Amino acid sequence: MPKRFSPSVKLTENEVTDESVYRQRRTLLKSMGFLGASTLLSSKASAFGWFDDDDEKKIQREALDFSPAGKYSTAAKKTPYDKVSGYNNFYEFGTGKDDPAEYAHNMETDPWSLKIDGMVEKPFTLDHASLTSKFPLQERIYRLRCVEAWSMVIPWVGFELGALIRQARPLSSARYVAFQTLYAPEQMRGQNSRFIGGGVDYPYVEGLRLDEAMHPLTLMAVGLYGKTLPPQNGAPIRLVVPWKYGFKSIKSIVRITLTDKEPPTTWNKLAPNEYGFYANVNPNVDHPRWSQASERRIAGGGLLSRNRIDTELFNGYEEVASLYKDMDLKKYY
Amino acid sequence: MAFRLFKKPARLTKAQLLTGKSMVHILVLGALVWQFVMGFTDNLGADPVQALLNFTGLHAIHILLLTLCLSPLAQLTPCGDFIRYRRMLGVYTFIYALAHFATYILFELQLDWPLIGSELIERPYISVGFVALLLLLAMAVTSFDRLRKKMGRRWQSLHNTVYLAILLALLHYSWSQKTVLADPLLYWFAAFVILLPRMKRWYQSLQRKSDGKKKHKTTATRTT
Ligand code: HEM
Repeated sequence: MPKRFSPSVKLTENEVTDESVYRQRRTLLKSMGFLGASTLLSSKASAFGWFDDDDEKKIQREALDFSPAGKYSTAAKKTPYDKVSGYNNFYEFGTGKDDPAEYAHNMETDPWSLKIDGMVEKPFTLDHASLTSKFPLQERIYRLRCVEAWSMVIPWVGFELGALIRQARPLSSARYVAFQTLYAPEQMRGQNSRFIGGGVDYPYVEGLRLDEAMHPLTLMAVGLYGKTLPPQNGAPIRLVVPWKYGFKSIKSIVRITLTDKEPPTTWNKLAPNEYGFYANVNPNVDHPRWSQASERRIAGGGLLSRNRIDTELFNGYEEVASLYKDMDLKKYY
Repeated sequence: MAFRLFKKPARLTKAQLLTGKSMVHILVLGALVWQFVMGFTDNLGADPVQALLNFTGLHAIHILLLTLCLSPLAQLTPCGDFIRYRRMLGVYTFIYALAHFATYILFELQLDWPLIGSELIERPYISVGFVALLLLLAMAVTSFDRLRKKMGRRWQSLHNTVYLAILLALLHYSWSQKTVLADPLLYWFAAFVILLPRMKRWYQSLQRKSDGKKKHKTTATRTT
């Protein structure tokens, strides 16, 4: 039994200021009539970031008990909540960055069932309540580097994937961990239509080597900014691997399977020359269509914020370098 | 009823034409300026740079497609005045594309010149967009009446590269996406439909040319 966890940080509504500022700004914009004007100018909502009106479908996010950031967190300026939750790649809801915020509320995240199986002694299943209660939660403020050359700094709440895997007692023959996202075409419009879903074969699958999965940085996130995840960020539970490109951090996970073979991964299947199995952040290995040497850090401030910064190897998490000691990172990109 | 209306040529009065043009200026230029203002004040969603790139790129294509609609509209409907909007929309296509390029240079790559140079050369989808932009530039700077007269037939040849420009722009758009099955397919289809009347003409003129050659050959053999 995990020991009862006593919270050392409890957030109140007002402490998460980024969120309330966001609401105020929306009200202001609306009162000035900009939202209405935008509909006249363009039918394409994504062209205007301020078009998506989420007030009617407010999502319920519950406050979480967790211990503070600790040694794994960065002190860099955090990306505000509205940006983290309003700019997502989650093709199950459409290929536009604002599609997930607009459509993901249709996904049912409670009840939920996350199965851990495969090459383990003790397969088990977590239900919705145990996702946030079975393991002590920590806040980890991580850099997230998207393969599209932008990045954010995000305060996740979650637990180490290693703890979950140890609980299932992996067999010594297990070498890899495979992950799978929910498949529910009636809730996910992109799974229902190949056009909306970008022609991706669903369910979305990802994978890690077992030693990568056991690394203390590898997080199962259940929260964001002190509360449970909004659906567009992968509620109720998602992976966060901060030294790899964002697409490795699979969302809304229903199944984790230990195996002895390298599991197939969605983007690798779609474009093997552009996305590898490892997908470690690496400024020296370009995407065939753009440079990965630098990135734009999304943290607010409008067009004039000089936010282009150099990309670091392993996204600056050099403690993982030993995992890839004798590997040619240009070959295993 | 509607058809009766179309039997007479529908001419716009000078005032109507002017009002129409003013509306286009206000709407098209206004939207662009407004979008930049919103970008500077961080009111364009999470990533104002991406929002502006999408806005300017997509609307450049929208305006270009609209521009290409005007000459078939002028021919196929009794309202020949459609053609009078062609130059201004063509120039606005260029202005939007230029704003798109400026966004890329100033706000995406933030004046990192070595990076700008290498991206323009090494990334095919960027190079393709750049060539499209140069074509639009060439058309925009030669759009004045005086130059048009001076250039004569060469003007028409230059401005026929608009067909190349839309193809390159759509190729750039498709290529910029992470997956093939996405919005650009709809635009390829729209462009195909808009160019359809012209394709008929091109086909006929091609046939006439090859007919001409054949005739030429037969007469040639006869004379020998
Ligand atoms: C030097 C010239 C150009 C450069 C450097 C350039 C650069 C870019 C970049 C970086 C993107 C964003 C890709 C992404 O991250 O999604 C983009 C997208 C796009 N560009 Fe360009 N571009 C150029 C010319 C053009 C021209 C001439 C047109 C049209 C007439 C155009 C239309 C588009 C469109 C429609 C998109 C997609 C927007 C979306 O995803 O919604 N571009 N371009």
